[in-house]
Amino acid sequence: MSFDATYKEKKLKSVGTRPLRPDGVDKVTGRARYGADFNMPGQLVARVLRSPHAHARIMRIDVSRAVALKGVKAVITAADLPDLTNGNAALYAILDNCMARTKAFYDGHAVAAVAAIDAKVAREALKLIEVEYDVLPHVVDVDAAMAPDAPLLDENLFTQGIDPAPTTPSNVGNRSEFGHGDVESGFAKADVIVERSYKTEQTHQGYIEPHACVASCNVDGTAEMWVCTQGHFVYRQTCADLLGLEVSKLRVTSSEIGGGFGGKTHVWAEPLALALSRKAGRPVKLVMSREEVFRASGPTSQTSIDVKIGATKDGKITAALATLRYSSGPYADSWAETGAMTSFACYDLENVKTVGFEVIVNRPKVAAYRAPSAPMAAFAVESAIDELAHKIGMDSVELRIKNAASEGSRSSYGPIYGPIGIGPTLEAARTHPHMSAPLGKNQGRGMACGFWFNFGGQTCTDLNISADGTVTLAVGTVDVGGSRASLSLIAAEELGISYDDVKAVIADTSTLGYNDMTDGSRGTFSSSMATISAARNAIVTMRERAALMWDIPVEDVAWEEGHAKAVGASYDNRAPLSVKDIAAEAGNTGGPIAGHSELVADGAGVSFGTHICDVEVDPETGATRVIRYTVIQDAGKAVHPAYVEGQYQGGAAQGIGWALNEEYVYGADGRLQNPGFLDYRIPVCSDLPMIDTQILEIPNPNHPYGVRGVGETSIVPPLAAVANAVSDAVGVRMVHVPVSPPRILAALNAKAKG
Amino acid sequence: MVDVTLWAGLVPLADSQKHLSVQASTIRELLRKLQDRYPGLEGPFKNEVAVAVNGTIYRNDWSQEIPDGAEVFLMRRLAGG
Repeated sequence: MSFDATYKEKKLKSVGTRPLRPDGVDKVTGRARYGADFNMPGQLVARVLRSPHAHARIMRIDVSRAVALKGVKAVITAADLPDLTNGNAALYAILDNCMARTKAFYDGHAVAAVAAIDAKVAREALKLIEVEYDVLPHVVDVDAAMAPDAPLLDENLFTQGIDPAPTTPSNVGNRSEFGHGDVESGFAKADVIVERSYKTEQTHQGYIEPHACVASCNVDGTAEMWVCTQGHFVYRQTCADLLGLEVSKLRVTSSEIGGGFGGKTHVWAEPLALALSRKAGRPVKLVMSREEVFRASGPTSQTSIDVKIGATKDGKITAALATLRYSSGPYADSWAETGAMTSFACYDLENVKTVGFEVIVNRPKVAAYRAPSAPMAAFAVESAIDELAHKIGMDSVELRIKNAASEGSRSSYGPIYGPIGIGPTLEAARTHPHMSAPLGKNQGRGMACGFWFNFGGQTCTDLNISADGTVTLAVGTVDVGGSRASLSLIAAEELGISYDDVKAVIADTSTLGYNDMTDGSRGTFSSSMATISAARNAIVTMRERAALMWDIPVEDVAWEEGHAKAVGASYDNRAPLSVKDIAAEAGNTGGPIAGHSELVADGAGVSFGTHICDVEVDPETGATRVIRYTVIQDAGKAVHPAYVEGQYQGGAAQGIGWALNEEYVYGADGRLQNPGFLDYRIPVCSDLPMIDTQILEIPNPNHPYGVRGVGETSIVPPLAAVANAVSDAVGVRMVHVPVSPPRILAALNAKAKG
Repeated sequence: MVDVTLWAGLVPLADSQKHLSVQASTIRELLRKLQDRYPGLEGPFKNEVAVAVNGTIYRNDWSQEIPDGAEVFLMRRLAGG
């Protein structure tokens, strides 16, 4: 990478301010166009037929009656999506998940799709499709799926990562292990040991906007798609791979996004819309219902985790061990491995070992959810740490401070840390007024820490300077949390112009080079790096243009505070030229002025957060109310502090929902019982207090402004922070998330019975 | 010389070696030499690997220089939300 991304401390004018977001007016006035707001002339409406069975072999599909229905223009099954994956198991899993090929693996698995002139005809057509199933035994629970007599989903799945390799198939795809030292000798040195098993239930990202797209395939082999996604370049590549399209002939435009949180990093229905359009020869619009979103688009894993931690009487941890079992839906993945890596990442441990098992079950294919896999691991570990503190009789913050990782510590997942922020977030928690505020009757307090890696990736940005000196910034990372505002601030800072003179847009896949998707908290981190690079390239051009305007050597033109300035005794009496001055003459000094950048934004700094939570529990109903909540997190540098705070609050709100109420509930028949927001309870504003935030800024040495990602870490601590608070309030250790009223009442009843 | 630690999933593809020493000055050179030595690593190296050099994780920047004596971990590329 030619761009020097090294952090350099400097005084900033625009970065760190809080202007309104450029997309704000459109969003609050209803003018913003989301996925379902796009329409094309002559478009058809698509509907998807889904399996009612948790596990069934597809014996026969007869679509003839549906095809014959007036108004139906195309019907597709797996036969219309031939396997072009060429041995790529991950891609095949996506293909099979989009449309079941030989078996339906979960309630809601797509088996056929229809495009018709309107929704009524499409729904009627679905009823005319005959599917003959051979219903098979199913398993939806992560622990049950590991039992020796569990129904097998894939008779060709042999657990990897075990030596010697197993000779019989199972529902366990992989075993992974991390750690260092010798945990057994560490436990032998411990005065106190805590050992517990924990469970977390499957949750959905709960984005308000369902998946939606319009696909249009043309007879000349070109195609277009308008879609709600976190990564339109990635969607383009995946859809092109699955349908055998040339990548550059598929143009994908991303809409505004009503929440993604990882769930819109995967394709679900988009390949079906393209296949239907290709078959019908007309544009096809496909919008998933809320029920379909729950049943058939990726939730997070259900988990089962054992933790054992030993410590000396003075609070020094001597050994830590965790065994983590994560469900991944019907296709083996690596979610437990990620959980195993993050489990003890907050701590400096001499002896640590984590083991992860990837378990396939008859549930929807798991997708990333904001710091994927980390919240469940943190719930188990931070609950055990909390219990350890109680057992030793030590303040839980002090115990964590005593064991916190710092620069030079070997992480539990292997590498040695550079400068990190876990210690400062804990110090901030120790002195925060929240920690010493009095509690009332039936109230409890908990706190917890969390870690996430953050990453960067391939990024491309164009910066165009218009004739009036205003700037258009075209980026390829979808704006999921205010990044157009933060990137505009970055451009304004670099160029020395006003934020109001920058307009950031998300370019489509045909007008900008490839960009990885917005995930891993990389949107502002990566695209700001590319924006800085593009702006500096534009400044090079503007210095050249100023030299032409002055008819002096470019070496005698400097760039200071948004102006070209002539330097040296011969020229320094000239009035500086602003961006507007230079732009106005661009037509006669060489044409349009632009800066471009393509780079790999690597070296994202790892991120840590510490949360404090107060709850009040009604002992008669088990209902819990969060009465105070504080998020403390390292941002590296908060480019737009208000939107950084928003990320902190949003992650905490989602984590609180996960901790208290959200849960996929399956019946004995393996069907999802609560695929709607009435029965799947996400927190709304009236459920939550104002979530207080404290931004710490420990610069990332690998970003010019010190930026770290901020979007994901805030969902890691809440499960444990809330559960620890509830445990404190009711006097019983809560080990199963969500700590919903029935579970709290059951715990209280068990306690009463002794 | 660079000391490299492989994540568990790679070990069977590298003659059951978890720790290796390689003479390399960039990530690209490191991966190429490891792949020459253990051809089975070619698949994972295409798009499944991230490289931690002295604690900083790189997912794409294979031109990154590796200081002599650096500690290198090959990790699985992770998904994010």
